[in-house]
Amino acid sequence: MDLAALVQELQASIPGAVIESLPTGVVIKKEDAAKAFSLLKNELSFESLQCLTAVDRKETIEVVYHVYSFTHRLMATLKVVLPMDDLNVASVTGLWSSADWFEREVYDLFGVRFEGHPDLRRILNPDGWTDHPLRKDFKGAGVVPKPVK
Amino acid sequence: MKTTMVTEELIVNMGPQHPSTHGVLYLELKLNGEIITDCRPHIGYLHRSIEKIAENRSLVQFVPFTDRLDYLASMNDNLGFCLAAEKLLQLEAPARAQYLRVIVAELNRIASHLLAISTFAQDLGAYATPLFFAMRDRQKVVQIFDELCGQRLTYNYIRIGGVAGDLTPDIARTINEFVLYFRKMINDYDDLLTHNIIFKVRSKGIGIISKEFALDYAVTGPSLRASGVKWDVRKDEPYLVYDKFDFDVPVGANGDAWDRYSVRIQEMRESLRIIEQAMGAIPEGDPVAKVNKVFRPSGEVYMRTESPRGDLGFYIVGTGDVFPYRLKIRTPSFSNIAALPALIKGLNVSDAVCALGSLDIVMGEIDR
Repeated sequence: MDLAALVQELQASIPGAVIESLPTGVVIKKEDAAKAFSLLKNELSFESLQCLTAVDRKETIEVVYHVYSFTHRLMATLKVVLPMDDLNVASVTGLWSSADWFEREVYDLFGVRFEGHPDLRRILNPDGWTDHPLRKDFKGAGVVPKPVK
Repeated sequence: MKTTMVTEELIVNMGPQHPSTHGVLYLELKLNGEIITDCRPHIGYLHRSIEKIAENRSLVQFVPFTDRLDYLASMNDNLGFCLAAEKLLQLEAPARAQYLRVIVAELNRIASHLLAISTFAQDLGAYATPLFFAMRDRQKVVQIFDELCGQRLTYNYIRIGGVAGDLTPDIARTINEFVLYFRKMINDYDDLLTHNIIFKVRSKGIGIISKEFALDYAVTGPSLRASGVKWDVRKDEPYLVYDKFDFDVPVGANGDAWDRYSVRIQEMRESLRIIEQAMGAIPEGDPVAKVNKVFRPSGEVYMRTESPRGDLGFYIVGTGDVFPYRLKIRTPSFSNIAALPALIKGLNVSDAVCALGSLDIVMGEIDR
């Protein structure tokens, strides 16, 4: 299976789920995310979630999943775009256990809430802190761009 | 005579300062007698917000920060970042630099594995000898790096577009001597640990990671290979010139602490083979390409390399500015230790130390 076949499979199984094709993967509609990931894990044998992170695009936050299939030797990038006023997405901890800590990290640094996560606590920063430091609007004392010569 | 003893679950704090946690790791253990019923790891004590710093540094300025991720294998972190940046910028390092990169990365893998197996042996009660042996041999590698780039721990040697210093005939001779010396020395480690009955009894069958468990938790590196999965980024997604060398990917059978140790010993032998082949084939030429000092990356890239602890991934997003828009570092220790609670449930505390030691974690790259 290659990337094109994967995109086709996603489009055929969950109509309307794929919003956009990327060079290394797809953007998935937020409402269909849980279904799409379940399809990847259970039927297309993507056994492993290698990386989960987010990118703050100012109006939206992209949650980026890198899933890998040892069977097909294929890495796919999946993105779910969340509007700033609704930072909720379904958790994938039920599918891949590695998502547990990855999702906690994204919650800690970006404030994205993963619905269904068993233990969504901060992981790197202290409990009880209210900021999310990897947001673009975060103003910390130490955040100073270094001049480039 | 049967005694009835009232017991209750006890919460014991292991760390953040504890010799067996290999850094500032704090484990909150729930114990029933000697048996662990639950474990909650707390990390973040070494959090230096390197990912946020990356958003305020150019790609070139960021290279020294990668040294501080996995401080026992800085060359491999330099390499991972520079390869990701080069992939994003569509650059390629000259052939000579590619060979030098392979050599330093493999030397660093040996140095890192030496510390891994010796501190693991120390966790199991072999207090001085293995550690002294390993430190003595690691010193030779560190000295080679010192001559090559002037640093013993944080090298900043691999740069975007090449490497910082050329290999001189003197250093080349030292490396060749080291390969001959260390090939004999690995036999000593075999005598000391591999064939040591106490060490075997203590580590066999402890902390078993099955194949499915490893894939589920995204465990990578020697810990994954010990479970019988033949996966090595150097072989399966070759980067640099790894496809030109003849080397094997050692795998374990049971996925226990012993297998993870054994895979590391065998990997050191394979690294020696790679270094030997690379040393004999270094092409002439410049060790660094003539590239700009200021880059304006755009687009995004995810590039992974095989660090001594597993898959090290760099995800860089650029929007045409000198600073990367986002930089995520997927470090192997982070995923490997995320599996710890499930791994040590039901073990004795002393066996949990064995399981943790065999995972070979570095807190610097977990907390970032």
